[in-house]
Amino acid sequence: MSSTIEHRESSTTAGRAGGGLRTLGSVLRLRELPVLVALALLVLITYINNPLFLSPQGIKDLLLNATIIVILAAGQSLLIITRNIDLSVGSMLGLVAFGTGSIFAAMPDLPIIAVVLLGIAFGALLGGVNGLLVTVAKVPALVITLGTLYVFRGLNNAWAGGKQYFAGDRPEAFGALSVDTVLGFPIITLLAIAVVVAVGVYMAGTRPGRDLYAIGSDPEAAKVFGIKVSQRVFLAFLANGALAGLAGVLYASRFNSVGATTGSGMELDVVAAAVVGGVAIFGGSGTVAGAALGALLLTTITSSLTALRVDKFWQQAIVGILILTAIIIDRLASLRTAKKLRTSEARNV
Amino acid sequence: MSETTTPRSKPAPPAPVADSTKPLADEPKGRTGAARILASRDAITIYALLAFLIYAAVAIPRFASPVTTGFLLLDVIPVLLIAMPMTLIIITGEIDLSVASTAGLTSALMGVLWAGGMDIWLVLVICLLAGTAAGMFNGFLIAVLGLPSLAVTIGTLALFRGLALVVIGDNAVANFPRALTAFFTSKLGATGIPTVMIGVVLIMLFFGVLLHFTPFGRGLYAMGYSKEAATFVGINVARSKFWLYVGSGVVSALAGIYWTLRYTSARSDNASGLELAVIAAVLLGGVSIFGGKGTIPGVIAGVLLIGTLNYALRLGRVSDVVLITVTGLLLIASVVAPSIGSAIREWRHTRRVRRQFSQNSA
Repeated sequence: MSSTIEHRESSTTAGRAGGGLRTLGSVLRLRELPVLVALALLVLITYINNPLFLSPQGIKDLLLNATIIVILAAGQSLLIITRNIDLSVGSMLGLVAFGTGSIFAAMPDLPIIAVVLLGIAFGALLGGVNGLLVTVAKVPALVITLGTLYVFRGLNNAWAGGKQYFAGDRPEAFGALSVDTVLGFPIITLLAIAVVVAVGVYMAGTRPGRDLYAIGSDPEAAKVFGIKVSQRVFLAFLANGALAGLAGVLYASRFNSVGATTGSGMELDVVAAAVVGGVAIFGGSGTVAGAALGALLLTTITSSLTALRVDKFWQQAIVGILILTAIIIDRLASLRTAKKLRTSEARNV
Repeated sequence: MSETTTPRSKPAPPAPVADSTKPLADEPKGRTGAARILASRDAITIYALLAFLIYAAVAIPRFASPVTTGFLLLDVIPVLLIAMPMTLIIITGEIDLSVASTAGLTSALMGVLWAGGMDIWLVLVICLLAGTAAGMFNGFLIAVLGLPSLAVTIGTLALFRGLALVVIGDNAVANFPRALTAFFTSKLGATGIPTVMIGVVLIMLFFGVLLHFTPFGRGLYAMGYSKEAATFVGINVARSKFWLYVGSGVVSALAGIYWTLRYTSARSDNASGLELAVIAAVLLGGVSIFGGKGTIPGVIAGVLLIGTLNYALRLGRVSDVVLITVTGLLLIASVVAPSIGSAIREWRHTRRVRRQFSQNSA
């Protein structure tokens, strides 16, 4: 009882104080806030111990390291919000990255923009295969994409064999994408930010975007409500594939070599980034921006540990603890919401 | 028309009008008793395994030999071991992605403790305890706090692998007692069957009996269908889940110990990626990822099928790169085929209903 009364009092005071406090309240309840605070603290502590961490070069490295995972996490969050998942992203990225290397080897004079578009199309094709299998066969995405993880990796193995393409095989302008900066931001990072903003606006502001949340909250209800569930899920897979394709092309630009094993094991990092960023693993809530922040946090930890001269072996353990903390915070938040709903319903009776 | 006027005096009409409203689920399945077992999903996996074994024995030179048996079984033992608790966990509708990391952690611990001069038996006991603790940690988060298992075990996947790295770093420990490592690759006489298979069979029997012949096991199926219903009929869902994860931790530790001694090398990245192989094999063995369906014999056949296929392809000089694709295609086919089957059944159902309808109206 006492909690109900307190709750009512606090809500009336908040009402009296007007909009300012309410906005503050909604900011404090943002799911992304804990990630943002953690990220800020991490950067601050590292900066105090090692001022070089926030030098222009340091910031550039931070952003560059995060770029690829940020793009992948944006695509993955699209899927996780609809209660699906794509475990094959690492294999898709590997295929596209090697494909990019092959294109440059075969046709060195092709304009870079054409290669990027080809990579995106290739990724979308792979994502479309996933989406088709999931929506037509009505089998959980976890199983299908576990299968395509192997299939795509096998195709990459068969295609690449022992072959590797190195940075020297690619035009300098292509490599410059991840070296040159605009206003201090590397070009590929700006590309990643543009992707996150575009997907974020789509998710928050458009009808098809909101539909994805509805599908994730309750697929059956969404179907009854008249949402074309299969079509939307298929498009989400397509989009995720396209983003993985983009990430693959950028990977080829950023890293020295691409080969048969490029991107293997990446799927778990990407899912982890989304989970840390507050995307609920069973669908229905979370934001693309959150997932991107999660990716940024996970990659920043690596750099911070190096800057703080902590044993690099601790990195993965810390990532694990972070994921567990994130889902516990998420759980506490949802319990609080449930309690609030109960008390407000009890008042209305 | 007389039926409608005096409904009570007359018996029900002998030939009911074609009923298009009857849902497909109400159609008689038409399989009972032996036929149901012989045509079940996991029986199909077993047939596939047998068919492939016969084919390989006839068509691939040197396949049917004790050497094959030995190498094949030594290779599949880690997957076979971990697949047992994984089957039970997936049947309850949960998942455990942290198994390979637990195996890696025990391997790392084993290396460090042995290199530190501890008695080997004490080392083994501590490793098993570490696996148990890892399982209890998962179980606590999932069963007690009620967190989603997929997210929790992605977290502990990173955490346990990270701890393995913290424990042993980049080092590798190799000088385990010769007698022990020799025992782990020794064979039973001329059969080619590894000696450790005895222990593995005991573990398979344990999980098989637990799942198929105890109330606890039946309860797991109930949990897989509906947690609420299972709670309602008096199954302690949280406690069952907790023990499943503890079991998974213990078996993963055993797999880690086996891995270390078989390859005589304790490293932090031992068994990495094994979780996906195990899950693929379990799903191929007919366990439904939704929970509620699956059997231990089916899973054993699934694990052996992938293992034999890989081994035979390697023996047949098929390049390694095909193996991984075959595994993936098998997995996809095994889940897509049933839904194509149900689509065909649905099509035949509507066709039958239409035909009856046109006959009646004619």
